[in-house]
This record gives sequence, C-alpha cells and structure tokens, in this order.
Amino acid sequence: MTTERFDIAVVGGGMVGLTLALGLEGVGARVAVIERASLTDMAEASFDGRGSAIAAGSQRILDGIGLWELLQADAEPILDIRVADGASQLFLHYDHREVGEGPLGWIVENAHIRRAFAQAVALSDVIVFENTALADARFEARSTTLELVDGRTVDATLAIAADGRQSALRKLAGIEAVRWSYPQTGIVCAVTHEAPHHGIAHEHFLPSGPFAILPMTRNRSSIVWTERNDLAPAILELDDDDFSAELKRRFGGFLGDVRVGPQRWAYPLSVVHARDYVAPRVAAVGDAAHAIHPIAGQGFNLGLRDVAALAEIIVDRLRLGLDPGDTEALMRYQKWRKPDNMMMIAATDSLNRLFSNDIAPVRMARDTGLALVNQLPPLKRVLMRHAMGLVGDLPRLTRGEPL
Amino acid sequence: MAAENATTIDPEDVARFSAIADEWWDPDGKFKPLHRFNPIRLHYIRDRICTHFGRDKQSLRPFAGLRLLDVGCGGGLISEPLARMGADVTGIDASERNIRTAQVHAKQGSLDISYRSTTVEEIAATGESYDAVISLEVVEHVADVDLFLDGCAALTADNGAIALATLNRTPKSFALGIVGAEYIMRWLPRGTHKWKKFVRPSELARGLRRNGITVEDISGLTFNPLNSEWQVSGDVSVNYVLFGTR
Repeated sequence: MTTERFDIAVVGGGMVGLTLALGLEGVGARVAVIERASLTDMAEASFDGRGSAIAAGSQRILDGIGLWELLQADAEPILDIRVADGASQLFLHYDHREVGEGPLGWIVENAHIRRAFAQAVALSDVIVFENTALADARFEARSTTLELVDGRTVDATLAIAADGRQSALRKLAGIEAVRWSYPQTGIVCAVTHEAPHHGIAHEHFLPSGPFAILPMTRNRSSIVWTERNDLAPAILELDDDDFSAELKRRFGGFLGDVRVGPQRWAYPLSVVHARDYVAPRVAAVGDAAHAIHPIAGQGFNLGLRDVAALAEIIVDRLRLGLDPGDTEALMRYQKWRKPDNMMMIAATDSLNRLFSNDIAPVRMARDTGLALVNQLPPLKRVLMRHAMGLVGDLPRLTRGEPL
Repeated sequence: MAAENATTIDPEDVARFSAIADEWWDPDGKFKPLHRFNPIRLHYIRDRICTHFGRDKQSLRPFAGLRLLDVGCGGGLISEPLARMGADVTGIDASERNIRTAQVHAKQGSLDISYRSTTVEEIAATGESYDAVISLEVVEHVADVDLFLDGCAALTADNGAIALATLNRTPKSFALGIVGAEYIMRWLPRGTHKWKKFVRPSELARGLRRNGITVEDISGLTFNPLNSEWQVSGDVSVNYVLFGTR
C-alpha cells in the first residue's frame, strides 16, 4: 500500500475538524481528513438532532473559511437571551442592541452544518479517507504515520485529534484526560410552534437542570432539556401528546400550540478535559481536548476558537517554510487555548451545580446574583461579549480577517 | 549520480553527522536560541524579498524559481525553510562538518538543497551570481569583514537582493549580546561571540555601497522579555538586519 504525504492530517470529520481542514486547504496546505463514517451519511438529519449555537466570533470563523454562505439560509439569529430561575420572576436579559455588533449569535441545526461541510469539502482539495478508522499511529521526529484499518497509511507533519471526546488519536498519543459525568441526560428535539419566537433564546434553570428553547428557522425552536438520569428514560418513552404536555408544563404557553418533531435524541452529559492538548506531532482540538456541559451552548464555539488559533499558528509557520508541527508551534497552541477552555469548563460546571437544585438559600443567592448582573450594564456587556467569543487574544479568523 | 555517491558514503560517517544534525535541529537543544530567533529573521527576509521581486507573501511557496545563496549555512536552519518556500537554494559553509550535517538533514526531509563546503571568496571567484544572497549571524565571525562583503556583493545578481544580519558594536550589545546571552541567560556557549568583532550598521552599509549595493532598510531585531518573542523594531543597538538591492 502506498503512503500519502500531507502537511496536516485531521483525524475526525466533524464540524471542528473540517473547519481546520478547509481553512488550511484554503491557504494552500496539503490536508487529509480521516473519518470512520462518511461525510454524507453524517449530514443525514437522523445522524445528529442537535442544533448549535454559533457565537458572533464563530460566525466570523465560518465566514472566513467560506462556509457561512452555505449556512446562512438555515441560520436563525439570536437577538435576545432571557435567563430565568425556575418559576422565579427574577431573570437576566441580554439584548443584542446593548452590544451593538449584530445578533448575539445564531442557531443552526447540526444536520445543516454537516451538509454544508460535506459540500465545501467536496469542492476543495482536501483528501478524505472515509469509512475507515485509525488502527495505529507512529510518532516520529519529523512526521507522524497514521495506519488506517483499511490498510492505507497517511503520513503528515502534524496530526490533529478532532475525533471527539473518546478520541482514538488522543489515546494513541498517550494524552490522558480528566473526566466526570453529570447525573443528567440532555434530551434534544425540535418543535414547531404557533406564535413567533422573535429571535429570543430562553434558558430556564429548573431543579433537574437547564432547559433551553433556542430559536430556529421557519418558526421552530430547538429544545435542550437537561433531565435527571433517573427520570430521562421515562420522558423519552412518552408518546408525542404526553411529551408535548411535559414540554409545555416546563416552558408555559408563550409560544402557543407546540408540535414535537419526529425524532428525539438523548445524550449523556459529561466533562472530558485532556491534561495536555499536544504531544509530539499531535494537537487535540474541540471535544477531543475538552468536552463540556451544554448549559451555555459553548462547546462548538470553543472548538472553533481552538482551530482558528491553531490554523493561524500552522499557516504562519508554513508561510516561513518552518515546521508546523514542532514543539514550538505546539506549545504556542496549548498556551493560547488551554486557559480559555479551562475557564469555560469551570464556568459551565459551576453554573450547572449552582442552578441544578432547588435548595432555598442557594436559589435566593443566585437570584440576587442574576438580578445584580442585570442591573449593571457594563458587567453585562463584558459577559455578553465574552459569550459572543469577542474577548481575549483573538486569532485573525475570529477578528474577521483572512487567515 | 546516486549510485556513484553510494560507494563514497561511509555509513559510520552518516551516523555521526546525523547525530550532529539531531543536535542542530532539536528546538529545545543546544541551538534553542537560534530556533527561537529563526522565525523573525525569516519573516523579515520573506517580506523584503517578496516586495522586491513582486511575490505574494501569503503564498506557501513565495520564492518559487528564485536562486538563493545562504552564506554560512551551518546545519541548514535557514536553507531548509528557504527551500520549502520554493527557492532553489545553495548553502555554503567553511566547515566541512556543518555541510555534511546539513546534507544529511536535508536528505532526511527530502529537500533538494545544494550544499558546498567553501568560502564566499572562493565561490565569488567562479563568477556565479544569485537572485539573493543571505548571510545571517556570520559577518561577526569572519576574519576580514571587507573581503567578506566584497564577496557577498559580487555574488548578488543585477536587480538581485542581499540580506545580512549581525550584532551591532555598542555598549548595549556588550551587555545583552555577551554578558546577557552568554553569561546570564546561557543562551549561547561562552566565547561564541567577540564583542570587538561585532559590526556597526554603518560599516556594513559602507562595505556594500562600495560594491554598488543600495541599502534599502536597516531594522532591529529585539527580544521582548514580557512575551518571550522576537520582533522587528527600530532599535538596531543589538541584533539587526540589513536589506540591500543591486
């Protein structure tokens, strides 16, 4: 079998990995993608029922790699975010007009994002090794050799672990991960509703966990319903009428009559954080480096920030004829991304612990906190800009500049 | 040619030079300061040469088709990136050991670079010329600066370019370049540099102008201890780089 040589081999054809692949291919790098499924199968509506919150900074990244024009029609802008603590009247209200940089973000169904990626990759010079998994990897002084189950081998200066929270490449590279599970399940479905959502995203902190209603196109919303593990199976078993009734009980009547879509998905919730993001000739991005609680809708956004930073480091080195996968490049990536991701893990974890309970004193304290933030416009603006991914040492793509 | 070479290569020799190459190319090893310093030097040279020859610096092979000479190439730390940027590179070094090391390393990376153990005077005498002559951190080590500059200039083709980097002879360069780099930070072995041999920008410029080179730019390369990064600056009192054209 012949070995093909590349600058970069991305293991995992998910949304984060393909962003990196397309970004680097766009500036002339030789890029391979290895995916155990096929990109077109992954774009099927039944593969992934989730929607993704695309923060303003992430939208710029997707625009920079030429993907946004394929997504725009399926993206619903988030104009307003309302956070409420259970039945309590106290809530935090984020209005995009307070920041003045366009919408706070967008909600797009993952199936649409995956379809756009499959199209963009088909039109690019990215070489895709599909329907084959990683069998083994050898890490050498100047490159890495990836052996695929189908017998082919891929040689690259740098291999990217973009194969999710159970990353095979991360394990082969000997990178350990810290992990913990939440006693919660994420129930995901789409609903069609009578009344318009007006671009408002709602997050209700219920005792079982956060319950989010995210605005989607064509008068639909994506529901992310965090439920206790012991209750989730029974809820998933309900027929459509009972399920709708349970939904309505949780978010009230403001959307009018609600009809549940054909499918429901359930995802166990956990945190996985790699001790290192890099090892010789390997860098981990997205969920392979850090899988977080979906409470703030930041998982995909963090992954995009990783690849925007890494793509910049790689291309700056390739343009100087330097090794894009040596220690210096890798350490620069880890230094750039790890603190930001750790902060988000800590923030989402504490938010979840703080709100997923019904203990009266805790509830009072957090409600006072929410009310306080709401009364302090400068603090609120900082928090909003942070959630929009517009704070910190931003890579060129996040600033809306070409790679 | 390959078959001919095969008979003259001593495998023990290759192993020895390959070990030295590993040393040169270990970013955390003995040459770590050079690896840290390399990107900014390449950045400067890439931008200047691209502007001069009307090349796209965003390209991954901006130097495609250009013939470049790397004078005092050492283990090939500059020659290899130049070759990856698309240039047709010749690297020369007075040390046979350096040349063998560079050859072994280029071969491991499948890079086609012509390395020769020779001096700038010898190669200039053959009448060769290059689109650009690059010599970084070399002139402060040569015995006769004027002779060296004459040679570099002679090797620069008409409409070609020349880039030289070195250390200035100032009190600050003594403090930072010798005391700081060799004694305090231990970036370099003691005795690497002799301060008296450092070259002032005016001396470089004079030696080149005398040979028909127009000095286009002199910039400082300064180390920012806050973020441990090198940057191009207006401060030429320690490390600096000169760009000229013919």
